[in-house]
Amino acid sequence: MLLITCPYCGPRPEIEFAARGEAHVARAAPDADGEAVAASLYVRSNPRGVIAERWRHVAGCGRFFDALRHTVTDKFVATYRVGEPRPDLAAPAGAGEGTR
Amino acid sequence: MSAAFRTASGGRIDRSKQLAFTFDGVRMIGHPGDTLASALTANGVRLLARSFKYHRPRGLVAAGSEEPNALVTVIRDDGRTTPNLAATTVELYDGLVAVSQNRWPSLKWDVGALNDLFSPIFVSGFYYKTFMWPRSFWQKVYEPRIRAAAGFGEAPKAADPDRYANRFAHCDVLVIGVGPAGLAAARAAADAGARVILCDENPELGGSLLADPSAVIDGEPGAAWAASIAADLAARETVTLLTRTTAFGWYQDNMVGLLERVTDHLADPPDHLPRERLWQVRAKRVVIAAGALERPLVFPENDRPGIMLADAARTFLARHGVAAGSRAVVFTATDSAYAAAIEAKAAGVSVALVADLRREASPAAEAARAAGIRVDLATTIEATSGGLSVESVRLARVAANGSIAPGETIACDLVLHSAGFTPTVHLFSQSRGKLRFDADRGVFLPGEPHEDATSAGACNGAETLAACLAAGHAAGAAAARAATGGEVAERAYAAEGLAIEIGGHFGEVPHGRDASRVKCFVDLQHDVTAKDIRLATREGFRSIEHVKRFTTTGMATDQGKASNMNALAVAAATMGLDVPQVGLTTFRRPYTPVSFGAFAGVNRGGLFDPIRRTPSHDAAAARGAPFEDVGLWKRAWWFPRDGEDRHAAVARECRTVRETVGVFDASTLGKIEVVGPDAAEFLNRMYVNPFLKLGVGRCRYGILCRDDGFVYDDGVIGRIAEDRFHVTTTTGGAPRVLMMMEDYLQTEWPELDVWLTSTTEQWAVVAIQGPEAREVIAPLVAGVDLSTAAFPHMSVADCRILGLPGRLFRVSFTGELGYELNVPADYGAALWDALLARAEALGGCAYGTETMHVLRAEKGYIIVGQDTDGTLTPADAGLARAVGKSKPDFVGKAGMARPDLTGPHRKEIVGLLPDDPKCVLDEGAQITAEANPAKGAHALGHVTSAYWSANVGRGIALAMVEGGRSRMGTKLHVPMPTGPIAVTVVDPVFWDKEGKRLDG
Amino acid sequence: MHFSFLSLLRNAFSAHRDWPEQWRSPEPKPAYDVVIVGGGGHGLAAAYYLAAEFGIRDVAVVEKGWIGGGNTGRNTTIVRSNYLLEESEALYDHALKLWENLSQVLNYNVMFSPRGVMMLAHTTHDVQSFKRHFHANRLAGIDTEWLTPEEARDWCPGLNIARDIRYPIVGATLQKRGGVARHDAVAWGYARAASALGVDILENCEVTGIRRAADGSIEALDTTKGVIAAKKVGVSAAGHTSVVMDMAGVRMPIESFPLQALVSEPLKPIVSCVVMSNTIHAYISQSDKGDLVIGAGTDQYVSYSQTGGMQITAHTLDAICELFPVLRRVRMMRNWGGIVDTTADRSPILGTTPVPGLYVNCGWGTGGFKATPGAGHLLAATIAKGEPHPIAAPFSLDRFARGRLIDEAAAAAVAH
Repeated sequence: MLLITCPYCGPRPEIEFAARGEAHVARAAPDADGEAVAASLYVRSNPRGVIAERWRHVAGCGRFFDALRHTVTDKFVATYRVGEPRPDLAAPAGAGEGTR
Repeated sequence: MSAAFRTASGGRIDRSKQLAFTFDGVRMIGHPGDTLASALTANGVRLLARSFKYHRPRGLVAAGSEEPNALVTVIRDDGRTTPNLAATTVELYDGLVAVSQNRWPSLKWDVGALNDLFSPIFVSGFYYKTFMWPRSFWQKVYEPRIRAAAGFGEAPKAADPDRYANRFAHCDVLVIGVGPAGLAAARAAADAGARVILCDENPELGGSLLADPSAVIDGEPGAAWAASIAADLAARETVTLLTRTTAFGWYQDNMVGLLERVTDHLADPPDHLPRERLWQVRAKRVVIAAGALERPLVFPENDRPGIMLADAARTFLARHGVAAGSRAVVFTATDSAYAAAIEAKAAGVSVALVADLRREASPAAEAARAAGIRVDLATTIEATSGGLSVESVRLARVAANGSIAPGETIACDLVLHSAGFTPTVHLFSQSRGKLRFDADRGVFLPGEPHEDATSAGACNGAETLAACLAAGHAAGAAAARAATGGEVAERAYAAEGLAIEIGGHFGEVPHGRDASRVKCFVDLQHDVTAKDIRLATREGFRSIEHVKRFTTTGMATDQGKASNMNALAVAAATMGLDVPQVGLTTFRRPYTPVSFGAFAGVNRGGLFDPIRRTPSHDAAAARGAPFEDVGLWKRAWWFPRDGEDRHAAVARECRTVRETVGVFDASTLGKIEVVGPDAAEFLNRMYVNPFLKLGVGRCRYGILCRDDGFVYDDGVIGRIAEDRFHVTTTTGGAPRVLMMMEDYLQTEWPELDVWLTSTTEQWAVVAIQGPEAREVIAPLVAGVDLSTAAFPHMSVADCRILGLPGRLFRVSFTGELGYELNVPADYGAALWDALLARAEALGGCAYGTETMHVLRAEKGYIIVGQDTDGTLTPADAGLARAVGKSKPDFVGKAGMARPDLTGPHRKEIVGLLPDDPKCVLDEGAQITAEANPAKGAHALGHVTSAYWSANVGRGIALAMVEGGRSRMGTKLHVPMPTGPIAVTVVDPVFWDKEGKRLDG
Repeated sequence: MHFSFLSLLRNAFSAHRDWPEQWRSPEPKPAYDVVIVGGGGHGLAAAYYLAAEFGIRDVAVVEKGWIGGGNTGRNTTIVRSNYLLEESEALYDHALKLWENLSQVLNYNVMFSPRGVMMLAHTTHDVQSFKRHFHANRLAGIDTEWLTPEEARDWCPGLNIARDIRYPIVGATLQKRGGVARHDAVAWGYARAASALGVDILENCEVTGIRRAADGSIEALDTTKGVIAAKKVGVSAAGHTSVVMDMAGVRMPIESFPLQALVSEPLKPIVSCVVMSNTIHAYISQSDKGDLVIGAGTDQYVSYSQTGGMQITAHTLDAICELFPVLRRVRMMRNWGGIVDTTADRSPILGTTPVPGLYVNCGWGTGGFKATPGAGHLLAATIAKGEPHPIAAPFSLDRFARGRLIDEAAAAAVAH
């Protein structure tokens, strides 16, 4: 069970959270064609490495937030608020709220 | 009366008390402090088990949880029967009943031992090469026999009545293993102010100190020192000390699973205690002090009862006062086994000799000689003999050039052997820490950790007591500092004791036998020999994972604790590779086996899942209503009267609703209050329907799609105020709809000023349906003009109900005049009682979910999840008119415009009438064009709902049918096992097509 | 050397010193007609059928670790074909028919054991859904039976059919042709048979890049053992599909999740068939060795870590103890994780890709083992012909854009 740092509440066990898939995937425009719909709904980067993903602290504050996590180590690299850009990992410390 | 092999004195047992126990029906006596293994050994019992494949006689190899051979079943009663317990881990209690396993008719005379005769054929992986002809024999002949022969113990015959508990805990420092390193670590961490949990699988703390009479720490005997430190720790509020508790599994982010065995050691477990307790400990830092395990030497016929690890014999002697035999041969590749020889001799065991594989005499060898023990250097054992116990060994001299000269045969009933020690890196490896190979000593040691964990002591390669204590202190101090910032002073322990050798000899020993035929066991439980491993490499299984899987070495219940490194060495030697090139198999959870029941804990029976009950539950139960599981809810299915069966009750309820009135508990419907200046805009975007122009006090049937364009949920949405909506969802859909709404609100449209609140639990809802509905509710409702003119179909109003603040909907899921009355949930039962009393006075009745289903089907109202299945668009479901096509966007708009989501191939919801009016179709039955379709014929669709309609007077059905609406009036077929049923495609509204009855 | 009881006997006399290696371990050639990426059961089967049925023997299988080390060697080995949708029925029954003769065809005992797959219904909704399966399977000619709770218990003694438990069993479907097989043997059997036909199996050979020609078509693979040219490449890399396809510039509708499984200590026979319950999330069978083999659910996040949380296994064991209360004292001996590649509609992707010469077989989620012979055969046929095999055609990559999903999960909410 992961230990996840909610940017609003602090570290909490994974059972309080719902994973909501990859972050920064734009919703298809209302007049989008099938390819664009598929790109939005189904195509995922699924990286073997750092992924930007959406979580919701569903059994806590209820807020959605985004996180960077390494998919091989399962370690969180940063969590950040919805709407903020993906933190640049190459940037010096402070770019994202490190959880570990 | 003392048992034959019990020493005259010594051991950490209570000789003043006797415990009677039986093994295979034979009554014996042991003492508190004994394990089943030590007590049996004390009584001279050495045949404890049969091996898996060859059914060879087996005795004890080890004294701890790593024991591969001695698996027994312990029986308290039919339900409290536990198979496959290592006898070394079973603490003796008075009245213990244990039986041996995997033998027939008896342990001594086991027919399965015939397999041993066929062992030249039954080599590793033989089953992949045969049993293929004739084909049908695999299932009918070969496999049943293999299955009957395989397996060890039998599962209990009755359900386990014992309880299991779960506990979550947090700590600063978790210390795993409470030998010298663990004690020093825990003490240091606790002294630094950290909250500490320490656990050990044994009943007594101290680890190796308990088995080493030579250990002295700070002037105190090792065991006494351990006891005093443990007592000091136990007295501290910041320390939780868990004995009989195994850290079995490492999960992410320092979540460690511990299994505490609470009552298995008690003769009469008290009722208030669980049998086992599973801990999930989240630790800021973990100190692993898991020690090291002695590794067996791999020599010919090394599996006979009486051949055991030297360290095990020391443990039996020091802890249990048991000598494992009367005449011993010690076979070693390291120094520590000499202590076993010297201690055995001191306890009165005749020690024939120490055969040392090494060429040079070490100080330990000289000490043994000084104690009068014969020591033969450069000596190996190349044969053993015996039936149900070892009787002799044959020595051989290993020349410097490697040649072997046969030596004398020595009679003995005990062979103690030691290849050296292997650090216990299981948990570190489970934590995904990297192991590094120590080429000098030939072992894997903890390297770069993955989690916040440190290994200390023998598991990290320390060999002396002083080094273990120093490493433990340092690790405990560092862990506490990292976790809390607390500091502790340096502490230097003065310690002496037996040193172990990490490393030693790996793989098969030199011997003069035919290596391709003689059995040198590597994995005793699974009967894997060195030649099996060579066979695997010969057949191309070169990765150690392949070797493991082909030979099954290391896959037994002991998970290869004693065998893995030897297997690896044999494989590496065969292929001429270094050990790291061959690789190491993964260490998988759990360290030792864990009961299913411990994982399940309290989640059984009624606690398996929460039960949600409606306000009318007790009233319905009092009337004998059966309940249906819908999600977590228990819903009243129907309300039988005077011996009515289901059919009669449902038919009566259906007629009564249409003729007079019916009362239905609709509290399970999900309810979400959507509030805020942008509430209408939000719903307009979420639902396919338009919502901007919905008037206050009016309701609309809403359809929710996901962005893929498929119907996801539905419900009635009422506008309570300009900025306030009351949204209902399906019973099962409430949580996921709220989640979906929150998702879009928070992440897609954060600019919208809207608040979402689940009100499912706040409102009790009772539906009144039927021509007399208004008559029923009128006296109970205040503040609303109930006339159709003032409060027409699809209206909503806040009002007083039973004098309470209530919310009244005029909606209908039956096609009749209908209302849904919402009151605060605590008053739901009162509302139900009041409405039902009035309804019954007017000739009405209560109805359950089955009648609800029939009535809505008569009207062609769909149930999302029954008549739709996640593949239908609103248009497929006949709801195209609801879609707000002029809206700029809504969830699912782009998705439902994809090319294959429209067209004549789409399945559409239609009605079906069986030609035989008495026929009720099977829900799920397939629909075809042909009456007798060929195998593999294409189905046009399937029946989604089918009922006997008492009101229509025939069977009716809803169905998904390809191009269904273009097939109105056509004849299709429902092929059943009993023959085809002819049906006609019809409009899905079977009752009151004009909808006149909605106004009563 | 042909495998038989006689050859085993003969070799017993020579102490088994003469068995040859089961598959060759050659150095890679500079070029092959076809390279299969991924040495799991699916990839090895594809290579075998390319050589055995389609006459294409200049084939290599590249595997980054050891063959069968991914999901092939980590799954709970359930084989069945009682799927709901016609496309799925055709796909899985194609595989099941190949299973039925596989030991004989490969001359390798893969221990396919059709001991029956029973799926338990606990609610009205389950009954509706399972009846739909039952009728659909009957129409498709796939064997299926509907059992009362008592019949289910008779078929699998020990099953708890008490009415007073939280979710009582109200019925079950049974596919008697379904069952289990020995997972490792499937990989090894295909490897041995393929190798004998000339297929090169290249273990410890990881693909690090995919080279495309000027026209965009497949040219070669960069691997840890050098550059390997290929006219056609079939990717059958399960959980790592996205990573490999990314090298060719193809983004996939795939996410990889951890899936755990566990086994008990070996017991004498107690669970006689495969028992699955979707509603309370458990499936269980017993291996020939006596271990109870139990599948848990997936964790909720994308991961390549091959591990997962305790809450996932605990939840599964809750359910097992409800179904089989006699197993509470039985102990978990080993627990592990795999990486499952899932699609939005829980159906696989098998066919061509936008890159000429590049073919893909992935998205089998939690249920790929049962398809091993079929998936391999269809991938081979598709590569050989350059166009999708008719059974594979509905499982195209472009179905997501078209919206023609094959949604077993939505249609029936049945776990694989």
